[in-house]
Amino acid sequence: MAQAAPNSPNLTERRSSFNRSLAEPRTLVNTGLTVLAVGLSVFAMFPLFSVLYMLLLKGAVSLKLSLFTELTPGAGMEGGGIGNAIVGTLVVVLVSTAIALPLGFMGAVYLAEYGGESKLATVARFCAKVLTGLPSILAGVFAYALVVVTTGSFSALAGGAAMAVLMVPTVMLTSESALRAVPSKMKMAAFGMGATRAQVVLRIVIPTAIPGILTGVMLALARALGETAPLLFTGLFSDYWFEGKLLEPIASLSVLIYNFAGSPFEHQVSLAWAASLVLVAFVLVINVVAQVATRRPEEH
Amino acid sequence: MADTGMKQTAAGPDLSEAFRSPVSRPPSAWQKNFDSGFKYVAHAFGAGVVLLLAAVVFEVMRHAKTAIADYGLGFLTSSTWDANRAQFGILAEILGTLYTSVLALCIAGFLGVTIALVLSQGFVHRRVELVMKNVIELLAAIPSVVYGLWGIFVLVPLVRGPAGWLHEHFGWVPFFSTRLSGPGILPASLVLSIMILPTVTAISREAMAAVPKRLAAAAYGLGATRWEVIFKVTLPTAVGGIFGALVLGFGRALGETMALAMLVGNANVFGLSLFSPGNTLAALLANHFPEAGAVEVGALMYAALVLMLITLTVNALGSFIMLRTTRELKGLG
Repeated sequence: MAQAAPNSPNLTERRSSFNRSLAEPRTLVNTGLTVLAVGLSVFAMFPLFSVLYMLLLKGAVSLKLSLFTELTPGAGMEGGGIGNAIVGTLVVVLVSTAIALPLGFMGAVYLAEYGGESKLATVARFCAKVLTGLPSILAGVFAYALVVVTTGSFSALAGGAAMAVLMVPTVMLTSESALRAVPSKMKMAAFGMGATRAQVVLRIVIPTAIPGILTGVMLALARALGETAPLLFTGLFSDYWFEGKLLEPIASLSVLIYNFAGSPFEHQVSLAWAASLVLVAFVLVINVVAQVATRRPEEH
Repeated sequence: MADTGMKQTAAGPDLSEAFRSPVSRPPSAWQKNFDSGFKYVAHAFGAGVVLLLAAVVFEVMRHAKTAIADYGLGFLTSSTWDANRAQFGILAEILGTLYTSVLALCIAGFLGVTIALVLSQGFVHRRVELVMKNVIELLAAIPSVVYGLWGIFVLVPLVRGPAGWLHEHFGWVPFFSTRLSGPGILPASLVLSIMILPTVTAISREAMAAVPKRLAAAAYGLGATRWEVIFKVTLPTAVGGIFGALVLGFGRALGETMALAMLVGNANVFGLSLFSPGNTLAALLANHFPEAGAVEVGALMYAALVLMLITLTVNALGSFIMLRTTRELKGLG
C-alpha cells in the first residue's frame, strides 16, 4: 500500500468522494426521491385506514343485539336488522365450499401426486390460473345460465355454484403447493415399506399438508364472503329467513350493502354501514388467522 | 431372515417370511384395486377443472348465440341500450371499461412500483417492511362492495371540490370539460386503482426481489447512490416482471364490478371528461341482469362474452410475460 501511494497522486482527491456532502446534486436527488417514495407508500395506506375508520364511525352505532336477530326492514321502515343476510351469506358460502372443496382438493392431489409435467396436468394448471383471473361477475353469468335458467328461479344453489367457480382455482393452486412441500423422504420411506401410492397420499402426504391446505381454503372463503357480483343475479335477495330451501332466493350481506347503499332512506344506509362492518370483521379475522397459521419462522 | 436365506432357490431368495411381517409387505389385492381406483378418481378431478373452464366458456357462448346472430358486429359499434325497442350496443361500455382501467393502472402502477421499491430495496427496517406489506395486502381483503359504499360517502364528496375548481379554471381541457355531479369516471377509477394496487405491488415486488443481489452490490461498489442503483440496475433488470404485474393488474381492473357499478354513474355514453358519468361492461351486467327479460338476457350474454374475451386475453398475456421473464432471470443468478 505504501509503495503504491506515490504512483496514485489522486488518492486524497478520491478519498474525499467517500464523504459526500448533503448539498451535492447526486445526494440531494437521492434523499429527495427517498422521502418521496416513503411518503407515497404511507399515502397509499390512507384508503385502508379511512375505510376502517368510517366503518367504525358509521357502523358501530347500529351494533345492537337486534341487528343480528331481526329481518331487514322495508323501505322507509325503522328498526330491523341484518340477521337474514348474515345467515344467508353463511348458507351460500357453505354451499359453495361443499361444491368447490372436493373438486379443488382432489384436483390438487392429481396435480401434485399424479400429474407431474404431463399434458393433462399442464393444461389443468393453466386452466386453474385462467380461472383465478376470471372476473367474478362472469362466474355469476355462468351460474345464471347453468342453474337459474334451468331451474327457473334465482336460488341459494345458483349463488353457491357461482361462488364455487371462484373458489376452485384458489383452493386447487394453494393445496397443490402445500402437497408439494411435503418432504419426499417421508414419501420414499412409506414406499419403501410397500405402501401403495394411494396409501402414501392418504396417510402421509395429506395429513402432513393439512395446515397449508386449510390456509388455502380459508383464503378462498374470505374472498367468497365478500363477493357481490356473482350473487346479484343468482342468489338475488330475500327479506325473509332461510328456511332450508336451496332453490329459493336468499339474502346475503354483500347484496344487502349494494341495495341499501343507494337507498334514499337514511336508516337503510346506516344498516349498509353496519353490514359492511360485520362483513369486514369476518373477512379480516379469517385473513389474519390464515396468515398467522402459515407464517414460517424465516419470514420474520 | 437367516432361515429363508438358507432355502435359496434358482428364482432368488425366498422372501415369503419377510412379506408376511407386519412391517413391510406388498399390497394386498384389495389395496391394489383401491390404489388404481384412487388414481382414476384423481385424474378425473384433474380433468374437472379443465371441464369447468370449458363449461363456463361454453354456457356463455350458448346463451349468447341468438344475440350474436341478431345483432352481429354492429353490437360492438353502437351505443344504444333500449330493452323496449330491443336495440342493444356496447361501444360506450367497451370504451368506458378500457378508459377506467387505463386510468386506474396509471395511478396504481406508479404507486405500486414505488411501494414495491420501498419494500424490496432496504429503505426501511425489515419489521416495518413486513407491516407495510401486510397492510397493502389487507387492501385486497376489503370486499369491493365496501369500497363502493366508501366511495359514495367519502371519496365522491372529497373529490367534488377539486373537480369543480379544475372544471372552472381548466374547463377547456377535454378531461375537465364537464361538472362532477356525483358518480363519474374519476371516483370510479380512483377506487379501482386502490383495488388493483395490492396485485401490482405484490408481483412487481417479487420481480425486484428476484434481481440478483450481486448486480446491485457491484453498482454500489462503483460508488452509485441508492437511486442510481435502482434506476440503472434494479428497474432495468426487473422490467419484464414489472410489466407483467401491470398487465395482470390491468386484467383485474377490466373485470372489477361492484365498485364501478356503484360509482361510475351507469350512463350509456362515453366522453373523455373525467367528471362525466359513464359505464363499463361489468357494471352493465350487474345493473341490468337482475331484471332482464329473455331478449335482454341474450344481449347481456353477448356483452359477457366480449368481457370474457378481453379479460382472458389480457390475463393470458400477463401470465406469458411472467413466465418468460422468470426464465430470463435464471441466466443472471
